[in-house]
Amino acid sequence: MSQKSLTIALAGNPNSGKTTIFNNITGTRQKVGNWPGVTVEKKEGIVSKYGYELKIIDLPGTYSLTPFSVEEIIARDFVLDECPDVVIDIIDASNLERSLYLATQLRETDCKVLFALNMADIARTRGIKIDAEKLSELLDLPIVFTIGNKNEGIDALLKKAIDLAESDVDTRGKRKVKYNKDIENSISKLRSFIEKDPGISLPYKTRWTIIKLLENDKIVKERVLQKAGDQGQNIIQEVQLHCELLADRFNDDPEIVMTDERYGFIAGIIKEVLTTITKQRVDISRNIDMVLTNRFIGFPIFIFFIWAMFQLTFSLGVYPMEWLDTSVSWFSISLDGLLPDSLLKDLLINGVIAGVGSVIVFLPNILILFFCIALFEDTGYMSRAAFLMDRIMHLIGLHGKSFIPMLMGFGCSVPAIMATRTLESEKDRVLTILITPFMSCSAKLPIYIVLTGIFFSAHAGTVIFCVYFAGIILAIVTGRLFRSTLLRGADAPFVMELPPYRVPMVKSLIIHMWDRSKMFLKKMGGVILIGSVVIWTLSAFPRNIQYSRDYVAEINSVSALYNTEITTANGLDMQHLEKKRNAAIAELEMARKSEKMERSYMGRIGKVLAPVFAPLGIDWRGSVALLTGFVAKEIVVSTMGILYLAGDDGSDTLKNALLSSDMTPLSALAMMVFVLLYLPCIATVATIKQETGSFKWTLFSITYSTSLAWVAAFCVYQGGKIIGFS
Amino acid sequence: MLLSEMKEGQAGVINRVGGNGALRRRVLEMGIIKGSEIYIEKYAPLKDPLELIVKGYHLSLRVEEAAQITVDDVK
Repeated sequence: MSQKSLTIALAGNPNSGKTTIFNNITGTRQKVGNWPGVTVEKKEGIVSKYGYELKIIDLPGTYSLTPFSVEEIIARDFVLDECPDVVIDIIDASNLERSLYLATQLRETDCKVLFALNMADIARTRGIKIDAEKLSELLDLPIVFTIGNKNEGIDALLKKAIDLAESDVDTRGKRKVKYNKDIENSISKLRSFIEKDPGISLPYKTRWTIIKLLENDKIVKERVLQKAGDQGQNIIQEVQLHCELLADRFNDDPEIVMTDERYGFIAGIIKEVLTTITKQRVDISRNIDMVLTNRFIGFPIFIFFIWAMFQLTFSLGVYPMEWLDTSVSWFSISLDGLLPDSLLKDLLINGVIAGVGSVIVFLPNILILFFCIALFEDTGYMSRAAFLMDRIMHLIGLHGKSFIPMLMGFGCSVPAIMATRTLESEKDRVLTILITPFMSCSAKLPIYIVLTGIFFSAHAGTVIFCVYFAGIILAIVTGRLFRSTLLRGADAPFVMELPPYRVPMVKSLIIHMWDRSKMFLKKMGGVILIGSVVIWTLSAFPRNIQYSRDYVAEINSVSALYNTEITTANGLDMQHLEKKRNAAIAELEMARKSEKMERSYMGRIGKVLAPVFAPLGIDWRGSVALLTGFVAKEIVVSTMGILYLAGDDGSDTLKNALLSSDMTPLSALAMMVFVLLYLPCIATVATIKQETGSFKWTLFSITYSTSLAWVAAFCVYQGGKIIGFS
Repeated sequence: MLLSEMKEGQAGVINRVGGNGALRRRVLEMGIIKGSEIYIEKYAPLKDPLELIVKGYHLSLRVEEAAQITVDDVK
């Protein structure tokens, strides 16, 4: 039996409990993706109920349907273009007046609307009583009481939604906002102007289109011009006349007057349905805020929370990270034993497993981080954090919420860039993504430690601090620069609700965490896989290298030489000789590896690039090391180890090797500055691509950061030489 | 009086919302319209933004945004 399928869209203000209701309806059967073309999450789920197949769409939380933000455009386009069978407007009972603003706008679109009056129990404790019957009668639409976090009223809600979808009520005649005489007059005049030419076809219903045109809605204007062609131009001109007339009459733009009128209409309803008992009530949320956004202790508490999140993500995350790391190497070792030596095996172990393995180890960090962020968001603390930090972030031209991703950047850019999803404005998001990589990530630390340890041993701490600090300064400069050029325009207005604190629900925390981690695994997997194979190919080919020395023969002769001595020696001598033999063989192996690296495509590219790096005081070995850093910054140290014939354990041998090379403290500093700023690792690049959704921005980020790195390192090295350092 | 000049704990009635474009529209849509009663809950520790109560919920605005809004009957 095939079930009849219905589409139900959930609309509502942010913090109205919409997501909780969505989770309750769909449970784990939900699909999370992005809305086409933008990085706003799209959630949908399919459930079977009462003999119907219900497709539930969670629209982005919005306060209105005016197309100023991406979320609003998405929600409106969905309601208008996809024509869902029913729109459920979820209304926070404690915030009836403001919620009704969106409701009146939904009503104007002539779709079938149903109210879910959510969390009326909390409203009641706050002394708010709503006469739902009266409200239902005044607006002429069905209302269902729900308590999202207790899963109450959800079945009734779905039942009502199905009834409404199947009924053939005429939504047009339903009660909705009547504007004042002058505006209604203009509307009806425009209506007859349009209707007198039957050839005109409008993209949307007539009244709604006229209202939007009077409100100077650019998107509707465009679509009218598209659909109605030349006649569209006439309509726009006629509307323009009326707009000027109305603006003259009210001494203000018609859109503003209409917003006022909607609230006037709502005020009338509120008067009839809402009774507030003015008893002195205890507002827990306000009391919590007395502490958390307190003038004196607000910041210390905020810093503590951030510190705790950092600790959890990067300290607690280390343990599962190690387990994963062990599993990956165990897997790679057992594969090594199972497969015969071949190119394929090399590709699998050194390309695929090494590459993908280096990314999968971040999974615990990401799970923990997103759990913390979900906790901040679901409790309502995130908006307080933005409230506290906005003053500082505003200096860079960013929203208060940008602080969290930037801070996370010190740990790892991948989750940090994913955390920019909490930002509402697209421009803010891109800007934050562009500057986050300058927050020196934890993988770069080993490079600083090795280099400062060797060249600045007495002042290692100070030098590392300065490098970090330089990153922050350059992030600020970059932020200001781009805000006034590429991403011009004011940062998003800080008109932000501070919702009441709520106890988060474990279920939604986990769903939240899992959704985002799944996205990470899926998308990262693809790009990382390709990238790792490319890097592996560059370092594994060409296969038939003409070595300058015959390493195999040398190793054989050395071991033969020692072996004859060992057989004649005894006891301690024998052990001593064995050690010496092994060391000699290892040295030859190392030299072979180093020569192989030098002659691989990677090494050749490094040599070609050497002139580019020469002004920075970095030789071809440094260049190759920096190139391999594209896979992961940790690799820079091990590549240097191989190329400087030091073994890849980064111990004293590397120190001696580096000290005896041409590297000076000044060129080491230039190299650190370069590492701080140059192109982020492949995982970060993949994340940038995913989160900006644009190759252009990804390419821009790579180019900008690398050029900046070169210029900065050049200044350090050449400037330092001029001043007289070496 | 400008909204940005009000002190913590003061209440008033919105007279006019100035400014233009998206910001003005957004402020109005959030219920800050002529005649709305508002109460200044607090300023952030760095004196910007500010938190106010309007229509029964808490809203934050930057001081520069609040400077576009005039308020009557401040007490």
